[in-house]
Amino acid sequence: MQVDWFPLWLSLRVAALSTLVSLLLGLWIAWLLAGRPFRGRAALDAAVTLPLVLPPTVLGYYLLVLLGRESPLGQLYESIFGQPLVFTWQAAVVAAIVHSAPLLILASRAAFESIDHSYERAARTLGASEWRIFWRVTLPLARRSILAVAALAFARALGDFGVTIMIAGNIPGRTQTVAVAIYDAVEAGNGGLARLLVVVVSFAALAVITVANRIGAPLSRRQAG
Amino acid sequence: MIQARIRKSYPRTRDSAGFSLDVDLKTSGGISVLFGPSGAGKTLTLDCIAGFVQPDEGRILLDDLLLYDGAAGVQLKPQVRRCGYVFQNYALFPHMTLRENLAFAAHHLPRLERHRRVNEMLERFALADLAGRHPAELSGGQKQRGSIARALITDPRLLLLDEPARGLDAPLRRQLYETLQQVREDFHTPILLVTHDLEECVNLGDEMFIYRDGGIVQSGPPSQVVEQPGSVEIARLLDVYNLLPIEILALDPQRDASRYRFAGTDLTGPYFRGLLLGARVLLCVRPGQLTALPRDGRPAANQVPLRLLSTLERPGGMRLEFESEVFVDVPREDWEARRHSKEWVVGFPSRGVRVL
Repeated sequence: MQVDWFPLWLSLRVAALSTLVSLLLGLWIAWLLAGRPFRGRAALDAAVTLPLVLPPTVLGYYLLVLLGRESPLGQLYESIFGQPLVFTWQAAVVAAIVHSAPLLILASRAAFESIDHSYERAARTLGASEWRIFWRVTLPLARRSILAVAALAFARALGDFGVTIMIAGNIPGRTQTVAVAIYDAVEAGNGGLARLLVVVVSFAALAVITVANRIGAPLSRRQAG
Repeated sequence: MIQARIRKSYPRTRDSAGFSLDVDLKTSGGISVLFGPSGAGKTLTLDCIAGFVQPDEGRILLDDLLLYDGAAGVQLKPQVRRCGYVFQNYALFPHMTLRENLAFAAHHLPRLERHRRVNEMLERFALADLAGRHPAELSGGQKQRGSIARALITDPRLLLLDEPARGLDAPLRRQLYETLQQVREDFHTPILLVTHDLEECVNLGDEMFIYRDGGIVQSGPPSQVVEQPGSVEIARLLDVYNLLPIEILALDPQRDASRYRFAGTDLTGPYFRGLLLGARVLLCVRPGQLTALPRDGRPAANQVPLRLLSTLERPGGMRLEFESEVFVDVPREDWEARRHSKEWVVGFPSRGVRVL
């Protein structure tokens, strides 16, 4: 059987890239949410939790409206990069971010909130700026939890189907991620390929979760002790 | 010098009874001690001064620097308040070595100067050999010195300490007192410290402020406060007095004398000003002012026969608990000589006692 491994490589690439962007964006939002109350915090909180409970197709629809070729954002993207965003592999990255960032924000917020406040307070009395406190105190203290969270976000990004198919589509060799490829294989009656991809993805996800638990576990043990 | 007028209320909620702090605090430099039971608002006062908590109203002035003014809408960030803070858990960053912890605080200095200053502080607090260790590898006393050194490296105008002696044993406590004396003498940094240990007030404090239920009930030099508690309530908080119910029988201002009855026995005391005959008041007498003797026939003058209930070993002697809530401190040798006696009398001094 001739197996096309492109969907798997695409998925890994998309998941890696989206995890990176989710970390940059998500850690910042999580830090805001974990910190002092500010106007609009409840709204932001709701906005990042909503994608967790909405059907992926609904999210995909919103993104189509938001980023489609007719939308201002879509046109802006097109004028900068010279090509539309939707139905490209970059759109799959956006889909993966929307799918995995909320989980990452939720978990890293909990990680930030579990840090003893006296460290950050002490840093403040020592004259450190909030920016410096974040990088030198908060982030290192939450390091393990956040690595574990990043691994989970990666696994979740790997598994997105609904949002991806709505905005990136199912173009073999271009936007067909592994989750979409499995659906495609089943639809086409190609049971062998579907089984192979299912097994590969399952083991990849299991590996990532094992790593995440390894990283996260010593911290939770320390906190319990 | 700190001048603080702070009001801060937390409303009653389902899980908490609500709390309201209303204090007017003015320190005169040196070491000032906030003393009182847990939950009286001592730490909240520190947090308001450090800028972690914004008061509802009032004004906080550190020397000539306005830290907070409710009416003028001034609320400086903790970063610019120049208050060093030593936390109960020391809050040394666990992922940094001791040297890195100090260097973090000296960030504002140029590199060479920073290095020199960190080394100087490590030397001063006898931490030079431990500079490469992480906080987890340090003892409690070492962590505490590290935390104080880290706070002082920023050259604060005021050093705040939250229960610094909590959880330290007696030798470490003495070490802490020495360290703080050193801070006062070498750095001339005024210190504001929170404690619920009276020994600490007396050993360290140039002045003390007694907190109760979110307010300051008495202040002054510790020895004076301890000698002259302003009310029964304060005397109870200080917990150094027997507070014994007596009835006044006779008052003689000419001979500076009085007769009063305690536990069915008539005793002689000094003249108590401002009391009427028959008044029922509390006699305020320290356990060390009383004597405990084996009963030998009829009790002599100013002796009350009392039953011994229990004994407790304390540094430097024994504390004996008699019936009617009378506590007597006796030196260990005296106790050893008299311990087998069955019946006891407690001797009351005719001078040096007060009523509340």
